[in-house]
Amino acid sequence: MNSIILQIASKYLRIIFLLFAFIALFRGHNQPGGGFIGGLLAALYIVYDSLAFTSDQIKQQLKVRPESYMGVGLLCVLLSFLPSIVTGAPLMQGAWLSVDSSVFGEIKLGTPLLFDLGVFIAVMGVTLMFLFTLSTKK
Amino acid sequence: MLIILILYLVLAFALFLIPKNISKQTPLLIALVQLGIFAFFINYLPNIAAGHVINQSIAWIPHLELNLEFTLDGLSLIFALLISFIGFLVFVYAKTYMKSYTGTARFYFYLTLFSGSMMGLVLSSNFIQLFIFWELTSILSFLLISFFNEKEQARKAAFQSLFVTGFGGLCLFVGIILIGSIVDSYSLSVWLENADVIRSDNKYFPALVLVLLGVFTKSAQFPFHFWLLGAMQAPTPVSAYLHSATMVKAGIFLLMRLYPVLGGTIEWTYIVSVIGALTMLVGAYVAVTQIDIKLILAYTTISALGILTLLLGIDTKLSVKAALVFLFVHAFYKAALFMLAGFLTKISGTRVLYKFGGLIKHTPWGFIIAMLALLSMAGIPPMLGFIGKELIYEAKFESPWVSSLLIVLGVTANVFMVAVSFLLLFKIFWGESRMDVTSALSKYKYLLISPGILALLSLGLGLFPDLLATLIEPAISIIRGYDIQLKLKLWHGFNLILGISIITVLGGTLLFIFIYNNKGAISAWQRINNRLFSIDFTRVFSTGLEKFITFSSKNTHLIQHGYNRYYIITIIIFTSLLLSFQLYMNRGWEINSDFTLRPFYISGLVVIITLSALMSVFSKNSIFTVTAMAVTGYGISLIYLYYSAVDLAITQIIIETLMVVMFVLVLRRLPNFIKLSGRSTKIRDAVIALSFGVIMTFLALKAINVDIHPSISDYFVENSAVKAYGKNVVNVILVDFRALDTMGEVTVLVIAALGVFTLLNLKKSGK
Amino acid sequence: MEILLSALTGLLYAGGVYLILRRSILKFIIGIIFLSNATNLLVFLSAGIIHGKPAFINEHEPDPNLLADPLPQALVLTAIVIGFGIVIFTLALKAKFFSATSTDDSDELINTDQ
Repeated sequence: MNSIILQIASKYLRIIFLLFAFIALFRGHNQPGGGFIGGLLAALYIVYDSLAFTSDQIKQQLKVRPESYMGVGLLCVLLSFLPSIVTGAPLMQGAWLSVDSSVFGEIKLGTPLLFDLGVFIAVMGVTLMFLFTLSTKK
Repeated sequence: MLIILILYLVLAFALFLIPKNISKQTPLLIALVQLGIFAFFINYLPNIAAGHVINQSIAWIPHLELNLEFTLDGLSLIFALLISFIGFLVFVYAKTYMKSYTGTARFYFYLTLFSGSMMGLVLSSNFIQLFIFWELTSILSFLLISFFNEKEQARKAAFQSLFVTGFGGLCLFVGIILIGSIVDSYSLSVWLENADVIRSDNKYFPALVLVLLGVFTKSAQFPFHFWLLGAMQAPTPVSAYLHSATMVKAGIFLLMRLYPVLGGTIEWTYIVSVIGALTMLVGAYVAVTQIDIKLILAYTTISALGILTLLLGIDTKLSVKAALVFLFVHAFYKAALFMLAGFLTKISGTRVLYKFGGLIKHTPWGFIIAMLALLSMAGIPPMLGFIGKELIYEAKFESPWVSSLLIVLGVTANVFMVAVSFLLLFKIFWGESRMDVTSALSKYKYLLISPGILALLSLGLGLFPDLLATLIEPAISIIRGYDIQLKLKLWHGFNLILGISIITVLGGTLLFIFIYNNKGAISAWQRINNRLFSIDFTRVFSTGLEKFITFSSKNTHLIQHGYNRYYIITIIIFTSLLLSFQLYMNRGWEINSDFTLRPFYISGLVVIITLSALMSVFSKNSIFTVTAMAVTGYGISLIYLYYSAVDLAITQIIIETLMVVMFVLVLRRLPNFIKLSGRSTKIRDAVIALSFGVIMTFLALKAINVDIHPSISDYFVENSAVKAYGKNVVNVILVDFRALDTMGEVTVLVIAALGVFTLLNLKKSGK
Repeated sequence: MEILLSALTGLLYAGGVYLILRRSILKFIIGIIFLSNATNLLVFLSAGIIHGKPAFINEHEPDPNLLADPLPQALVLTAIVIGFGIVIFTLALKAKFFSATSTDDSDELINTDQ
């Protein structure tokens, strides 16, 4: 499809989609959401884009190839294990860092968040890979 | 001793690193190493002769009580000496023999590895470990027989030998395990201590038969002898090394090793000696009528292996001694003869006995060596073979049962041996010269070095047999369990045994003269033999194998028909039966929940899901099918949402959306459904599906109402906020408590994505 | 309600089995989706179903026993995503198969491995 309305709209919808995806990711530890849902939501925006643009155009806009997303995601997942290995704790035990900020109050940052971020990126990469591969015409 | 094995292993792999310009000297290098190892073992001789036994044990898999155990006693020492010494000569010989072939690096690699495995076999005192080396020698034999792998015959023969020896190897393995289960150990020392327990156990007989099957296949005993004939497809150094001097003797070695454990019973005596006698007779008899010189030697080898087996079977004081002496006798003359046969084939280009003639003029040295070796084979003084034969006769006389029959059989076999020896000597070297070999002679004269040394040894040890006696004495005490003073003499004085020897030689000579003078005799005899022994073992083997394969492929086709849906039907029906059986067995449960339709909107949802599912199943339009499937999915996500699974509902909705998009992307390329099954098939499938559905309904009900294990969820709920600082318990389980599972899942997804990418993006190769 | 939902599970299983017995590969794939949905539902049901008490820790409601069981939810969530990956992979296989053979009939598969 090559609809000018969809193309213009997608520019703005994109921001909203990604915002929702990240909100889902970051609040996931306490409220509904999380890496899987966030990653899938982020991928949904590409699905929406694919209605407006051809897959080559989307690939150009993305600049990063889906393989790289998958790799970076897995890397994040592995990195989140690093603190437990370094400190000698049982593997994958969460490590937490408390950050006091005057604006948001106390924020707890921990390896599970990094882990969830990895899941987010990897799931998004996987879905993008599915989408691009299946939509390529031979 | 482990160091020796490691040396062989390292040497074998180092062969590939030898630079091209000096690679011609590779065999000499290995030969030198073999000589060094020979010297290493000779060093131990005084120690061993004094009655010491050297043990070495290295922890390997301690939890399984498997250790690397090596032992150097009289028995393993003489085999180690034979392996390294003949190995030395074979590599010297191979340098000249193999130089015209390609792929020699591979050849020396295999041959070196073989030396190492054979050495490992004779040094092992743990039987599991021994079995591993045993199989290694079989595999290397296979690789060496098929060295000329461009020849179909060689490939077939190699496969046949692997099949036969592999079958025997498995039997041996089971036998070892059976014996091991009696005494709960695989260590030689434990077996020796508990020999009486083993012999009186009721697992003794099956274990004995299985072990003997392994021995007989390896040592080419009748009726498994045929693989050795096929093995003559191998290059001559291999025939000389593996198939006469060492590998086929592995079975004999095992017989000697196990003699104190399994031997001495009436079963042992009967089985081993009868098979040995049969092999001895058949081998010698058939050897006379062959025309291929390598095959003649192969048949005489079979006969000699039969003699060794027979000697270990008849339980007399002298028989083990005779067997050990004959082991050396045979190794020396047969390896020499094989090497000579290779030499003759090289210079003349033929292996057919009757094409030779008058070679004495061209190669007098060859004649002398052949004469010495053949005299030893015929058992004529002053060769070592004579001493061996005398001892054998003596041992047979001592046999407590049917000694006269044994003597008659032995004399008959030896008459044939004598005839074969003379026949080979005179047909090849005597008579008119029919071939021009002068050009090839100088090229291959080095091939005579190794057989020359062996022939000289046959002569020298015949004249001074005491040297051999010191070697053999400790081995006898190992096998028989007590010390024996061994006197080996060339001249025993005039006695009965000498008389029998004379009769043997006379008979053989007469037979030889008859064959030599009657040109048609051999062919007539062969015709008779073909009638008499109408069973061609090789043919029986290959047709048996073919029949087996066609039989199994026919029957496999009944089950493995290739129709996906029939496989699924089988699986589904079987699962249904098992599940319904299980449900029936545990039918004593109550349904706690009442049947209600409240709340009505969930009931309505169920109706919608049902309708869309039915539509998805029966629709003829693929877009409808996919859309209806999505409606089903969305409906299920609402059920999740209503019953407190928020995350689940969100995920299900997004996934369902993505799924529809991707289906549509693929469906663009596909045509609509076409009608593929008839009405009756549909009804059949519907019945199967419905019954499966009913069973799953009951299973679901049961799963709801039966609670067997306490749930671990409480732990997660209690600790989620305290330990993992998260209030969404589902998410905390995913990213913290069970993070490893999630990581695995993400990895699976990534692999699936890569799979999709490769499937659809890679170009077809080759087209 | 459990009985009705169990029946629904059984129905989804029946539909899935009927579909994977079709010769059309596309129907086979949809059958797999049915089966995975049915299995998810089965696991979800087996823990017992509670309305309106999602598994969130709440300071006002200290008693954790009143919450819905989070473990099967986590399991099913994983299963949904994995099932998605598997279905798409099968779909790609099917697309490849179709481009190679131009047929949707699984009976044509019987001779391809010879």
